[in-house]
Amino acid sequence: MSNFIEQPRYSCALGAQQTVVAIKRAVPIVHAGPGCSGKISSLIGQGEGYAGGNTIPCTNASETEIVYGGEQRLKSIIEGSFKVIDADLYVVLTGCTSDIVGDDIGRVASEFQEAGKPIVYAETGGFKSNNYVSHEVVVNAIIDQYSDKYAAKGAKTKGLVNVFSAIPYQDPYWNGNLEEIKRILEGIGLKVNILFGHHSGGVEEWKTVPAAEFNIVASAWAGLGIAVHLEEKYGTPFLHFPYLPIGGTETTKFLRQVADFGKLDKTTAEAFIKKEEERFYAQIERTADFMLEFRYGIPRRFYTLLDASYAIGFSKFLLNELGIIPAKQFITDDTPESFREAVSKYFTNISEFRSAEVSFSIDGGAIQEEIRRDNHKNRALILGSSWERDIAKDIGADLLIISPPVSYRLVLSCGYAGYNGGLRAIEDIYDRVLDTYR
Amino acid sequence: MSIVNLKEPEVVIREIRLGSITGFEGTAGELVQCSRAGKLKDNIRSFSQCMGCSSGNALCQLAMIQDAAIINHAPAGCAGDFFVFNFVYRVGQMERKLPAVNGRYFSTNIEERDTIFGAVQKLESTIREVYERLHPNAIFITTSCASGIIGDDVEGVANDLCNELGIPVVACFCEGFKSRIWTTGFDSAYHSIVRKIVKPPEKKTNKVNIINFWGSHVFDTLLNRLGYEAEYIVPFSTVAQLERISEAAATIQICPTLGTYIGAALEQVYGVPEIKSPPAYGIAGTDIWMRELGKVLDREAEIEEIIKEEHIRVIPQIEEYRKQLKGKTAYLTAGAAHGHSLIALLRELGLEVQGAAIFHHDPIYDNGDTASDALAHDVKTYGDIANYNVCNKQAYELVNILNKVKPDIMIARHGGMTLWGAKLGVPTLLIGDEQFSFGYQGILNYAERILETLDNKEFVTNLAKHSSMPYTKWWLAQNPFAFLGGDTSVEFY
Repeated sequence: MSNFIEQPRYSCALGAQQTVVAIKRAVPIVHAGPGCSGKISSLIGQGEGYAGGNTIPCTNASETEIVYGGEQRLKSIIEGSFKVIDADLYVVLTGCTSDIVGDDIGRVASEFQEAGKPIVYAETGGFKSNNYVSHEVVVNAIIDQYSDKYAAKGAKTKGLVNVFSAIPYQDPYWNGNLEEIKRILEGIGLKVNILFGHHSGGVEEWKTVPAAEFNIVASAWAGLGIAVHLEEKYGTPFLHFPYLPIGGTETTKFLRQVADFGKLDKTTAEAFIKKEEERFYAQIERTADFMLEFRYGIPRRFYTLLDASYAIGFSKFLLNELGIIPAKQFITDDTPESFREAVSKYFTNISEFRSAEVSFSIDGGAIQEEIRRDNHKNRALILGSSWERDIAKDIGADLLIISPPVSYRLVLSCGYAGYNGGLRAIEDIYDRVLDTYR
Repeated sequence: MSIVNLKEPEVVIREIRLGSITGFEGTAGELVQCSRAGKLKDNIRSFSQCMGCSSGNALCQLAMIQDAAIINHAPAGCAGDFFVFNFVYRVGQMERKLPAVNGRYFSTNIEERDTIFGAVQKLESTIREVYERLHPNAIFITTSCASGIIGDDVEGVANDLCNELGIPVVACFCEGFKSRIWTTGFDSAYHSIVRKIVKPPEKKTNKVNIINFWGSHVFDTLLNRLGYEAEYIVPFSTVAQLERISEAAATIQICPTLGTYIGAALEQVYGVPEIKSPPAYGIAGTDIWMRELGKVLDREAEIEEIIKEEHIRVIPQIEEYRKQLKGKTAYLTAGAAHGHSLIALLRELGLEVQGAAIFHHDPIYDNGDTASDALAHDVKTYGDIANYNVCNKQAYELVNILNKVKPDIMIARHGGMTLWGAKLGVPTLLIGDEQFSFGYQGILNYAERILETLDNKEFVTNLAKHSSMPYTKWWLAQNPFAFLGGDTSVEFY
C-alpha cells in the first residue's frame, strides 16, 4: 500500500533535532548519514540559531559504520562535541543508518552520563515516525535522563506550569507563539516553563519540569504524550486545550479553562482577561468598517492546509472573529488514527451555526487538485505553505503561509497565538489582500 | 582515466573512481604533487559536523528537468530539500520566462514496517500513481540510506515499470552513507541520464553542451559568434533535449567537479569531445580555455581575434582594480573545483590569498587529463597557496582559522559558511551564480563585487559586537586541524 507524499510539509523522526536546537544553549549530536541534518534544517529551520544548522556535530555515518557498527565513531564525536561546542545540554539523536544496523547508543551515551556530563540520547531513526511524534520522544528523553536528576521527591512549586504547545521550527512561528502564551499565562498569575526559545530560562527551566503544579497542552495531539508521561512519572495533572488559541474569544476561553483547572485567583485572572479583551476588541472595532465596506473584494471563504492545532485554531478565529466562512479543511500532519475523530468533531462544531468539512491527507498534490475542482465564484483565502503559491494565484486566492516550507517569508518573532497573535493575523491577512491592488 | 560502464546500475563512488579525498592540510602545491604521484591519502576527522550527502546533489541535477517527475525512495525527512530546489527552479522559470509550476517531487515515505518487510511494493504503487497523476516523460527514482540498507531492488522495479508504462523509469543510486563526497551525487544523476535517457546520435549538430547548475547564459554571445549554439544542461532541459546531447559538437564544463562524469561519459560513449582545460577564470585561465575551445570547435583564428579584443578591453580596467585592491587579504571556502577558479580570480586581481578551505579534492577527473586540473593551473600561474586545507564543510575548523587569520574579506561559495566570517566582523561575500565571474568580463564583475563588499563594513561590525559564539575558548586556541588524522584524538576532559 502506498502512502506517498507529494510536497512534504513535515520531516522524519530525526526532525526533532530542531526541538533540541530550540532549547537555549543546547546542541544535538546527530548519529546519522551525512546529509540528514542539513535536509531537516532546510525544511524546518530558517536560521542557524545558537548551535543548529552547519554547527551540528554529526558522525556522518559511512559504509564503515553500516558494516562494523557506529558506536566507536559516535563515542569519538561525543568527546569532540564536549571539547569544541560550548553548550549546557547535549542530545544524541540517531538516524536511519544507526537504527537499522542496531547501534547501542544508550550504552555509549550512558558512559558520559555516568561521568556526570549533561547528555541525553533518543532513537529517532527517520523511518520510525515523523517529527510531530518524535518531538514527544525527545522531550520525554530529556525529562527522563536530565530533568529527573533534579526532581525533588514530590515537591511542587506553587503556580508553576510546563507548557507544551508549538513544536519548535515545525511551527515556523513557534518563537512568537510561545512568547505570547507565556505572557498571557503569566498575566493570570502563573509561573511558566515555556522550555524553548529566547523567552525560556534554558536548562535551568528544564530542571524544574518535575516540580510543576500542573501541565498545559495547547495542541491537538502532538505533545499530549509528554503530559501523559509526566502524569505517570510525577503525578502531575494536565489540562488539554486541543488547538492553538488565536484571537479574543479563544484566548479568553483558554485562559479561563487554565484558571479553573489550576484554581487560580479569579479576580487576577479576570482582570487580566478584561484588559486584554478591551485592547483586542478596540482594534477590531477600529477596523470593522474596513471589513464591512471594502468594495473591491476581500476573502469570503478559506481553505487550510495545516496541522491539526493550527487548522482548528485558525478556523475558529477566521469564522468567529472575521466572518470568513470555511471551505474544505485539510489536515496535513498525518494525525494518528486515534485522534482523528476528536479533531473532526471540532470542525463539525466549528461555531454555533455551522460545521466544516475536513479531511486528513499528507499528499499536497492531491489536495491542490481537489481545491482546483471547487467552484471559485468568490474570493478565497488559503492558509498553507509555500507549495500553495500557484494554486492561490490560479484560483485568485490570497495566501498566508503558516506551514513549512515557509520559503517566501522571513520569520523572526512573529506569532499568531493569543490576543497579540490574533491582531497580527488580521494585519497579515489584509496586508496580502490589499497588496493585490495596483 | 576511469571507464564509464553503462551496464552497471550504480556509478563507482569518487573515492574509488578518482581517489578523491576530504581531509588534507598543507599547501596547494603539495596537494597537486601528491595527487600526481598517487600518494594522496585521506584523513578522517575524529570530530565532525554535519555535511551534505549524494542524494541532495543528485536531486539538484534531476529536479529541474522540465517534464520529469522525481520519486525519492526514502523516509519523509530525506525530502527536506525538495522545496530548496523547487525555489531555485521557480526563480529560474522567471528568468527564463517559463510558466510558473512546482517541481513534481514525491517521497515514498518509508516507515518502520517497510524496513522489515521491504518497501518495493510501495515504490511500485507510487510510480504507478505518479504516472497516472502527471504522465511525465520520465520518472527518476533517487535512493536513500534506508532503501539501500534494507536492500530494496530498485533497479528491478525501475526496469519492470519502464516496460509497463512505456517511459524511462530510471534508478539513480545516491545513498548518503556510500560516499563522504557529496558531489558523487552529481555523478549518480548523470550516470542515470546517460544510461537511460540519452540516445545514440543520429546526426551531428552545432550545439555545445554546457554542464552547469542554473547560472546565467553567458556562453550565448561567444558561441553564436563562432557559429555554434549553447545547450545548457541539465536543469531546465526537457527529456527530449537530453536524449540528443550525444549529437553535440563539444561539451563545456563550468566546473569539472560538477560535470566530470557526464563530460567523460559523452566523450567515451558517443565521441562528444570535452573541452579539457581549467575553466575560464582569470586572464591566463580564460586564454587557455578559449584556445582549447577554438581547437575543438575548429575556430582557432576567430578565437585569437576575440582574445585580442578582450585583452584590449579588460586589461586596463583590471589594472585599475588591482591598484584599489593592493595589499588586501582574502580567505576562501568553497567546493572544488570552483574554489580553484576563485583562487585564480582573487590572485588575478592582486589579492593575497591567505588560505583556503576547500570541500574535497579530486586528484584527477574522469577524462584522465591533467589539463583540467584547475588547482595545478593556479599553482603554476600564480604560485603556491599556503594554508590550503581540504575540509568538507567543517565550520569549526573554519571559525578557528578565521579567528587567527582575520582576513580583509572572506569569500564563501556554499551556504552555511558566511555566518562565521560575519560574526567575527570580516566582510563576507557569497556569489551564487558560477557564471557571474566566468571569462574576461567575469573578472570585472567579480572585482566590482569585492570592492563593494570590502566597503560595506557596518553590518558585520555591528553583528560581531552582538554575536554569540557556540565554540569553546579552548577550541579557538587549538591548532585548527587538531581533530584531523588518526594520531590527534584528544583525551576526554
